[in-house]
Formats: sequence, C-alpha cells, structure tokens
Amino acid sequence: MSQRTTKASVQTINTPFEAGAHAERLSSLTSAEKASLDREIGLELFRDMTLGRRFEDKCAEMYYRGKMFGFVHLYNGQEAVSTGVIGAMKKKHDWFCSTYRDHVHALSAGVPAREVMSELFGKETGCSKGRGGSMHLFSKEHHLLGGYAFIGEGIPVALGSAFTSRYKRNALGENNSDSVTAAFFGDGTCNNGQFYECLNMAQLWKLPILFVVENNKWAIGMAHHRATSDPEIWRKADSFGMKGEEVDGMDVLAVRGATQRALERARAGEGPTLLECLTYRFRGHSLADPDELRAEEEKKFWAKRDPLKTLEKDLSTNNLVSSDELRAIEKEIDEEVNDSVEYALAAKDPNPEDLTRYIWAEN
Amino acid sequence: MEGTLLFDALREAIDEEMARDPYVCVMGEDVGQYGGSYKVTKGLYEKYGELRVLDTPIAENSFTGMAVGAAMTGLRPIVEGMNMGFLLLAFNQISNNMGMLRYTSGGNFTIPTVVRGPGGVGRQLGAEHSQRLEAYFHAVPGIKIVACSTPTNAKGLMKAAIRDNNPVLFFEHVLLYNLSECLPEGDYVCSLDQADLVREGKDVTILTYSRMRHHCLKAVKQLEADGIDAELIDLISLKPFDMETITRSIAKTHKVIIVEECMKTGGIGAELIALITENCFDELDSRPIRLSSQDIPTPYNGKLENLTIIQPHQIVEVAQQLVRQGI
Ligand SMILES: Cc1ncc(C[n+]2csc(CCOP(=O)(O)OP(=O)(O)O)c2C)c(N)n1
Ligand SMILES: [Mg+2]
Repeated sequence: MSQRTTKASVQTINTPFEAGAHAERLSSLTSAEKASLDREIGLELFRDMTLGRRFEDKCAEMYYRGKMFGFVHLYNGQEAVSTGVIGAMKKKHDWFCSTYRDHVHALSAGVPAREVMSELFGKETGCSKGRGGSMHLFSKEHHLLGGYAFIGEGIPVALGSAFTSRYKRNALGENNSDSVTAAFFGDGTCNNGQFYECLNMAQLWKLPILFVVENNKWAIGMAHHRATSDPEIWRKADSFGMKGEEVDGMDVLAVRGATQRALERARAGEGPTLLECLTYRFRGHSLADPDELRAEEEKKFWAKRDPLKTLEKDLSTNNLVSSDELRAIEKEIDEEVNDSVEYALAAKDPNPEDLTRYIWAEN
Repeated sequence: MEGTLLFDALREAIDEEMARDPYVCVMGEDVGQYGGSYKVTKGLYEKYGELRVLDTPIAENSFTGMAVGAAMTGLRPIVEGMNMGFLLLAFNQISNNMGMLRYTSGGNFTIPTVVRGPGGVGRQLGAEHSQRLEAYFHAVPGIKIVACSTPTNAKGLMKAAIRDNNPVLFFEHVLLYNLSECLPEGDYVCSLDQADLVREGKDVTILTYSRMRHHCLKAVKQLEADGIDAELIDLISLKPFDMETITRSIAKTHKVIIVEECMKTGGIGAELIALITENCFDELDSRPIRLSSQDIPTPYNGKLENLTIIQPHQIVEVAQQLVRQGI
C-alpha cells in the first residue's frame, strides 16, 4: 500500500473525516478564481443545469416505466461540470466528446431535448437516428463528437479533433481556426493507457484540448483511492509539463472560471489543460445499479453541495435573480422535458428497410 | 522505361494525393523524419512538413483513435502501422470507432481514413511480426479491406483508398516491397472492390491475394506445362468480396481452390468458401479446397516457416488432383 501522506490519499477507513477522503479533499480545496456572475449568465447557467437535472429525473421515470432500455447512466449531481465547461465554450464551433454518461453533455452542447429523448426511446428522430442509444449520442450539427461506451476510447477521438483545429491553422493557414475540444471522462478512466498516451501527445503538439476529469470518486463499485496510486489526478499533468488544475466540481462558477483560463491558453496556442473536477453522482452508476456500496455519510455530504442550490444561493445573495424567477424557469424546463417525452413517444421507429443503412459513407 | 519498386509506387500515390488534397495527411511511427520503416513515406516530411506527415509516439490505439477524430472533423488521415501486427493494440479504435461509428451515429459522421502497412509472413521474423490481421479484422462492420500485390495495383489502389470516404484497411506485404514494374502513365486509380483476373483459364479457378498471387503464378505456369489451364484471380478486395467475378469464374470452371497466407481457422478462405457454397453450390463439380497456413504461430526456423505457409508445389499438386481425379 502506498504510504504517501497527501491528504487525499488517506484511506477512507482511516480518515477521521466521516464522509471519506474524496469529501475531505473537497472540503480543504481552495478554488482558484471563479468566473464572474451577472444576471444574464446566471440565468443561462441555471437554465442549463436545471435542464440537465430534470431531464435525467425524467429518464429514470421513463426507464422504470419501460420506455427506454439498456444501460442508462444518469448525470445527477455533476451538472456544474457540463454547464461550467460547455457553457464557457462556443457552441457549434468548439467540439465536445463524452462517454456513456452523455445525455447532459449533449443538452449543454445544444442538442434539443426532443432529439436526445427520441434517441433514448430508439426513435428515428433521435440524434443518432435510434441506432446509438443512451451511450452513443452524436450530433455533427452541434459538434458533439459522441458518447463513447468503452472506457477511454473517446479521449483519442477528441485529440484528433484538436489536431484538426491545429492542422487547419498551421498546415492550411486558416488563421481563424481556433476551435478547442473538451473531452469528458471519469476518475476510473484515468487509469487507462489512452489517457496517458493522449496527455503526452496533446502536450507534445500543444493541441487545443481540455481534458475534463469528472472525479465522482467511483468507477461503478471501485473507489478511486483503491484504483490509483495518486488520487490527485490533476497533478499527473505535471509529468507531461502540462497545466493542471483541480476545481470544486459542485460549483459551476469555479468550473467556468477554470475553463475560461484553459480556453484562453488553448486558443493562444499554449496547449492543453488537465482539469480535475471534484464531484459526485447522486444516483447509482446506472439505473441498473442498486447503489448499496456508498456510505450514507458520504452521500449526505455531497447532497448538501447540490450544484443547483449553490448557484441559486450565489444568485440570490447577489440579488441578481428572485426565487420566483427561478421557480418559473423550472416550470418552463419541466414543460420542455415533458414535451420531449411526448415528441419521442409519438415519433416513428426507424424504417426496418433502413436496417443496413449508414454502414457505408455512400448511404 | 524504368521499373518502379512497389514501395515507391505507394509513395508516389500518397505524394500525388497529398499534393492534390491538402486535407490528406499521414501519421504513424517513424513516418516522418525516418521516412517510414519500409520507406513508403520517404521524402514526404521534407515536402509537406511535420503536421501533414506526423511522427507519433508509439501509442497505436491512441494515434489510430486520433485519426478517427481528425477524420470526423474534416481531415483524411493515412495511418501507418509500422507492422500491421502492431495494430492489435489499436483493435478497439479500428473496430469500435473506425468501423462502427458511422452506423452508431446514425450517419452523423463519416470516417475517411486509410490504415496501411506491411503484413504477412516475411523471412524469419518470428511469430509476432508475421501476422495476418486481415483475418482478425474481417468481421468488423463498416471497414473495407484491400490487399495490394503488384506495383501497379499498389499505386492505383492506394489512390482509390485515399479518395474513398470509408475506412480502408490496406495490406501491403513485407516481401513484395521490392517488386519492380513499369507503371501506367498519369493519374490512374484501381477500383477498390474489383478482383483482378490475372490469368484466364477453363479447368480450375484459383482465388488468392497478396503475396500468394506470386506463388500461384509460379504454380499456374507449371500447370500450364502440364496441360492444365487454370484461371487465376487476385481477390484484391478482401471485404467485400467481388462475388460477381468469383461467381462468373466458377460457373466456367466448376472447380475452386483458395490459396491464402492467413491461418485456416477463421481465415479469409473460410468466409469465401461459405459464400461460394451459398452462391455457387450448383455450379461446383467438386468440393472447394482451401490451402492456408497452418494454425500455429509462425516459427522462427526457416524450414519450419516454409512448412507453415503454402508453397507453389502444393498448389500444383492439389490442382492436378482436382482436375484429373476430381477430388
Ligand atoms: C473498456 C471498458 N471496460 C469496462 C467498462 C465497464 N465500465 C463502464 S463504466 C465503468 C466505470 C467508469 O468509471 P469512471 O471513469 O470513474 O466514470 P463514471 O462512471 O464514474 O462517470 C466501467 C468499469 C467499459 N465500459 N469499458
Ligand atoms: Mg467515476
């Protein structure tokens, strides 16, 4: 067993901190400068996070009602990451790459709720035409490179999109080519070779990419500190000469601030950033997971840091938005989500005659 | 006119396509400054620069995935497998992302990529460097598989593969790089999905690909001297097969021998025989025959290595038996 004494590597069993080492790490984290907040941005962030939350709640309902199938991984609790990162980037210009936990990244990137819900229902109107499902959301229009269901395999794809951005600028002389790619993945994925291989290449070639680790402490049932020799993932950037930053992943303004810094560097040709967001999922790994392993104390600790409540507090203490307005937004979002369900229910299944379509580029 | 060596024919193809289309680029281990381990990309780094001819670290799965992402966002990458066997490490990216992604994404993205490099059994390279991955990759949906065998088809097929909007696995053969031939003048391409009718004949159809084409040619000459008129077809496209040419030939000869360098179990011939049985059953006068490599890791010892892969005399003997005795 590692004898390192950094605070984060203290084993859960030994930590005096009841909610565990991951929680202790968040508690003692002093975030770097947060993004500034004004009314307009605040409303936008609140709207996006609420959409993410309510959409996922609806998915759970639909799954248990037998409307969607397969493995469905919900994002509840992690909204500040998707909204904080993607909300700071340029839609339909920058690129986004996700995992099997991809519904909310797709929504933040601008894929309409109707298209995402239709995909989950397996319908032709889905963003992947019903061929992908929950773990394979794609939208070229919204620069969503996709949801990738195998651990780590999306990271090289994201690297390729960052390479294209540099290629266009430096090999083709397109001076306005300044798109940045954000690759999202989890703590467990950081023990996979593709992660390290891509950190190396990204830094080597100064590619415009953000590696966004959503460290929610768990990889299904494998606790982070049981899977990795140094739980502070952001520090791994150091070995590649890369900029790394850890951030409170339950605070959308903290995530947004870190993203803005990383974007500035990337667009200036200064290369990639490894951003580790400390976060937590409020539900089991997938809707098939009974979630029996995680301690109540731990769940309580993180529930108190619900990113939606944190933003609401920031908005009200600064007198930017009234509580009534936020409740009205929630109502609107609920309507949007309900509409997406109705739309998806009424939508057509793919035509059986098209079963073998989309194999080849010509069809 | 001077002959062109096969590796030079490939280089010409890549060079011409890179000159024609600025989105075409090359990536892989030692493709740049070093010029490629078999010199297929020699001089291109100097001509096109370090981004268009990208020397990558030894990270097969990741740089192959990077090619996928680059292709999804507008480039047309050519990935070199320093040895095609190393692409075992890229199996995930080739299968899940190159092959399946267009379908899984409901047509959102296309992946115009070429993955090329030397395959096959060389001279005493040992088991790991003597693999025939065309068979392993055969089941992956959404991927075209091509094997070149002469300088002329190497150049024409490479150009076609680069222009194709689908992922193409392009197999070269370590022992064919120094074949020499006068190339057709000008900008020509060969069809990716068309078999090459190498020699017309009426007694028996021999189907083969890659280096075995040359073993078969030797055998066909001996057979000719022996009064047997064999039809030789180089498959070129291993996926999808050119069933039209194959069916037409079998309808004429009613006998078929498949000669391949991959192992017998789960090989190219296995699939081919299944298709022939399904499509040409009534045309066959005798059972189809497969001449394949042994189902073993290729041994280092030269004599054992020769016993592992098919030799021309075996093709002759089997063809004689088939034509004379109808075995
Ligand atoms: C190559 C591969 N191996 C195993 C799995 C099964 N699997 C799915 S999610 C997961 C845990 C991933 O954890 P993490 O990276 O922390 O992401 P999180 O689920 O917490 O978002 C595993 C092992 C997989 N999808 N792909
Ligand atoms: Mg995790």
